[in-house]
Amino acid sequence: MATVMRDFNLLEEPLKEKPDLPKSPKEAVNPLEPKFRVSNLNVFYGATQALHNVSLEIPPNRITALIGPSGCGKTSFLRVLNRMHETVSTSRVEGQVLLGEQNILTMDVTQLRRRVGMVFQKSNPFPKSIFENVAYGLRVNGWHRKGTLHDAVEASLRRAALWEEVKDHLHKSAYALSGGQQQRLCIARALAIEPEVLLLDEPCSALDPIATAKIEELLFRLKEICTIVIVTHNMQQAARVSEFTGFFLLGKLIEFNKTAVIFKTPARKETEDYITGRFG
Amino acid sequence: MASLPIAVERRSRPPSRGRVRAFVAGLRSGDEIAHLITLMFAASIFLITALLVFELWRNSALPREHFGWRFLWTRVWDPVFENFGALPFIYGTVVTSSVALLLAVPLGVGAAIFLAELAPRRISNGLTFLIELLAAIPSVIIGVLGIFILVPVVRTTVEPFLKKTLGFLPLFQGPMFGIGLLAASLVLTIMVVPFIISISREVLLAVPVEQREAALALGATKWETTWKVVVPYARTGIFSSVFLALARALGETMAVTMVIGNDPKINASLFAPGYSIAAVIANEFTEATGRLYLQSLIELGLVLFVVTIIINGLARLLILTTTRRATAHP
Repeated sequence: MATVMRDFNLLEEPLKEKPDLPKSPKEAVNPLEPKFRVSNLNVFYGATQALHNVSLEIPPNRITALIGPSGCGKTSFLRVLNRMHETVSTSRVEGQVLLGEQNILTMDVTQLRRRVGMVFQKSNPFPKSIFENVAYGLRVNGWHRKGTLHDAVEASLRRAALWEEVKDHLHKSAYALSGGQQQRLCIARALAIEPEVLLLDEPCSALDPIATAKIEELLFRLKEICTIVIVTHNMQQAARVSEFTGFFLLGKLIEFNKTAVIFKTPARKETEDYITGRFG
Repeated sequence: MASLPIAVERRSRPPSRGRVRAFVAGLRSGDEIAHLITLMFAASIFLITALLVFELWRNSALPREHFGWRFLWTRVWDPVFENFGALPFIYGTVVTSSVALLLAVPLGVGAAIFLAELAPRRISNGLTFLIELLAAIPSVIIGVLGIFILVPVVRTTVEPFLKKTLGFLPLFQGPMFGIGLLAASLVLTIMVVPFIISISREVLLAVPVEQREAALALGATKWETTWKVVVPYARTGIFSSVFLALARALGETMAVTMVIGNDPKINASLFAPGYSIAAVIANEFTEATGRLYLQSLIELGLVLFVVTIIINGLARLLILTTTRRATAHP
């Protein structure tokens, strides 16, 4: 019960500065402001509606988990946050999504994706060297200072807790890494451009428990430098890593609250049924 | 642990009997049959190639003895005095194929990128059907169209334009006949570009969607994603399309012989008429009366085989050295 109480107070406390991790200058000035403000979001793929009137606020520098059965719309929701839904040509979005004060649906999409990074379910390194994989985002974003590129790559790999394992073969193919290392490489690649938000779409679904634990530990440390939203099928994972949890069902956001509340005293019957394993 | 005694027992048997038993068991399961049949098919390809080279070699003994290595750099082709050299034909073949590829690769890869990445799927499929139709047109028809449509355009428009703008280069000087190396190169371009487009498009479409999403999520634009992620991922397949095109360009006979001018001379200008190896074999084997003449044509066939191998090898070497530095492949 004590932990729950502490969690309740999290938002009211100002963020403690952690000097050991470099802070992005793009970081939100006011830590109390929600990172994302989503209101009345409807998402359609062709004629089918994937999300119905979803409204929620995602707090900054916290880990927010989105759970729910397959096809409930949690991935659709996540992909709207950096407009990856637009890769499906029939998709259509109604409603408002604010990143800070900016409406993401009208802003420049490449600008948005530089601020909101994404890690996918299947690790997808490029068929290049480890170094080039991390450097890719920097190069695309116009990074030409040769001397500091190496430093930036090293910093990203360190943040992704991969540096010690790969520092001696940075120029080997990324495909030589194990599945868990590849996924951390993808995280390092996303972190290299210093996003404010990191979206993760079931990042551990193909990994063994040890690799999963490493990534979860990594997420804990990363929330100091960015806001994290993670979609997961694994409820234990949501309970372990997140401070806030949203439960989706049939395209609707059923409940959004502190993770401890969702898992201990859910307000809605559907949530309770899902987390106790009565369906889904 | 249960399997250990069995393994020991099997090892204690005479090895040949064990191997036969394993083979029979394999036959029964079909694995050995599939293995044998596919091995036979693969071996037959090797056998056919070896036989081809052997026959070319055997039937060109006379000129090889008569001219020696000189055959390769003699510029004369004189059936009357029976003095034969391959150089003008090697030159014509290499020049027309190179110019054709120089034009066809950017054109074909560019078109493939449009069809795979940018065009709506329905338009892409329709256009691809047309392109594959173009690849199926017999070369004699392309040759006829070349003579009656392309050559006049080359003579009245393309060559004067090139002479005016790039006339300071020896490539674009001299009298403009229309028929010549340039026209042959253009005809070859038309013939090989469908191969490059069709195969490259398939390869580009097969690039996993995860690769595109990874780049897009890093803030890459659509074009940056295509050019820096999708095309490099597909490059092995794109290169194979280029090799196929190269093979077709080097060996193309009918359409080339109709527009190249059939004149065994070496001229720096692309406007001048020339001759290619395949064209001279097709044109002259019926009238090759002397044994030396006929066998010289067969030796030309051998030369074409070697030229094809060398150019393919060089192209592969070029690709290997330029791409290995830039990227690490799985």
